Amino acid sequence: MRDSIIQIEHLTKTFGTGSSAVHALEDISLDIRQGEIFGIIGLSGAGKSTLVRCMNLLERPTSGSITVGGQRLAWMEPDGGSEKLVTVSEKELRLARRDITMIFQSFNLLMQRTCLKNVCFPMELAGVSGAQARKRAEELLELVGLGDKANAYPAQLSGGQKQRVAIARALATNPKVLLCDEATSALDPTTTASILALLKDLNEKLGVTVVVITHQMSVIEEICSRVAILDGGVMAEQGNVQDIFSNPSTDAARRLVYPGGVRAEQVPASSRAVRISFNGGTVYQPLIASLAIDCGVKVNILGADTRSINGHAFGTMLLSLPEDPNDAAKALSYIRAQPNVTAEEVEYHG
Amino acid sequence: MGELFTVEFWDYFGPLLLAGTRDTLVMTVVSTVFAYLLGLPLGVLLVLTGDHGIRPHRTLNRCVGWVINVGRSLPFIILMVCVLPFTKLLVGTKLGVLGAIPPLVISAAPFIARMVESSLSEVDAGVVEAAQSMGASTLQLVWKVYLPEALPSLILGGSISIITILAYTAIAGAIGAGGLGDLAIRYGYQRREPAKMWVAAVLLIVLVQIVQTVFSRVSNRIDKRLK
Repeated sequence: MRDSIIQIEHLTKTFGTGSSAVHALEDISLDIRQGEIFGIIGLSGAGKSTLVRCMNLLERPTSGSITVGGQRLAWMEPDGGSEKLVTVSEKELRLARRDITMIFQSFNLLMQRTCLKNVCFPMELAGVSGAQARKRAEELLELVGLGDKANAYPAQLSGGQKQRVAIARALATNPKVLLCDEATSALDPTTTASILALLKDLNEKLGVTVVVITHQMSVIEEICSRVAILDGGVMAEQGNVQDIFSNPSTDAARRLVYPGGVRAEQVPASSRAVRISFNGGTVYQPLIASLAIDCGVKVNILGADTRSINGHAFGTMLLSLPEDPNDAAKALSYIRAQPNVTAEEVEYHG
Repeated sequence: MGELFTVEFWDYFGPLLLAGTRDTLVMTVVSTVFAYLLGLPLGVLLVLTGDHGIRPHRTLNRCVGWVINVGRSLPFIILMVCVLPFTKLLVGTKLGVLGAIPPLVISAAPFIARMVESSLSEVDAGVVEAAQSMGASTLQLVWKVYLPEALPSLILGGSISIITILAYTAIAGAIGAGGLGDLAIRYGYQRREPAKMWVAAVLLIVLVQIVQTVFSRVSNRIDKRLK
């Protein structure tokens, strides 16, 4: 197993105090490994942006500890009877931030600077000499495919190009971690795909750890190896993307994985229903057709949300079982005998 | 108004106009420079210490805001009289171009502070945050983000400030500061010679037009958001 690069323990963040307090994050623990692409997903207001902004202390947590690249950025220390949060000094934090850079949904480029000067910016802050910064900025623009736009201003670029400049800028200080806060949410699907491919490429070429915040499951599906699901400020689930896709065990996870998902409550009360999960078997497995042919049992599909990831089928399907108990049992045992498929009968009371 | 086309009129009034224009320009330019030296840092301070600033400090922010509001609430002509002793102390005279500069600066600086505050507030908070996330210090944020990103707006604000100060110089003229405003008041109001007043007024109008046009063009030219 690879070394961990970001460790977050028992992190909480509360905005406001007293009765108006909002608990944005509650007891979040995370372990992001060096060199991986880690996804944090949640619906709007789930606290994912707050979480990522705690990682570089743009947001000061209320309690808990944050360690990035072996350096503690925030931790708890005893204070009289209780504990209080302590953070690194401002100077240390500024240095640490060169190792944890960030890209944003709205790109946040300096509008009065050329692309080249934008990429030079973090190096200027770090005191790198002009000529050296320029040279590296040119290389980085080349790396993100915008070598010809060095002297263009951000206003002359498309959204995808702006994000590429922002990525080049974020890489200027050779960071260990690149935080992406909804970096593709403002882009169209084609541009999103190209930015994601670039992130994946940079992750492989440079070994930079990438943390992706998103509300789009497709983004996680595309590039992440592991994912954490946030729901109302609470960590609902975390693990390998494939595991969570194949078997989302919490409601929050199911809602995100299958947004149009099937809910048992919607099934008419008079029938028995079974929920089938596809756990990565081949997509070319015509389950329902073979059930009808092999067992002579006809089932009704009440709803389905399946997708294929790298040729493997993931998803759930809700079937209504035949009225006849023998047929129902036959169908159930047939489905259960299939590889990479689990079935559970759904309990409901109309 | 027939006198306007006589040699005698210009022989007499021409040199006065030239001197008046020079005095007006000197008062305006020198006062603007000093007023910005005071007002620009105050405006930056207001933005930095504001509730959503990068260095929030409620007490300091409210104190500075209060002082600025006091400075802005006195009409210029009253303020000018109020600070006469201070003017005398500072520049040794209450009269002429020199005597007009301290009250002009005192009056314009709070106004400029508010103009600067409003220009800097237009800078996208996301851009400031991005710079913070790259490890920018407060000073770097001011010099490398706030001021350069707000420059086109600051320049437009500059034209408003200069024109305001130009108008104040005319008021200063009423109590012996000299300049075009002084000419207009003396000849137009006290001596009932409207032709001379109108010539001075037209010159003031021309000055304002020139300032506005030049500053708007410069602001437009350097603003890379519009390209």
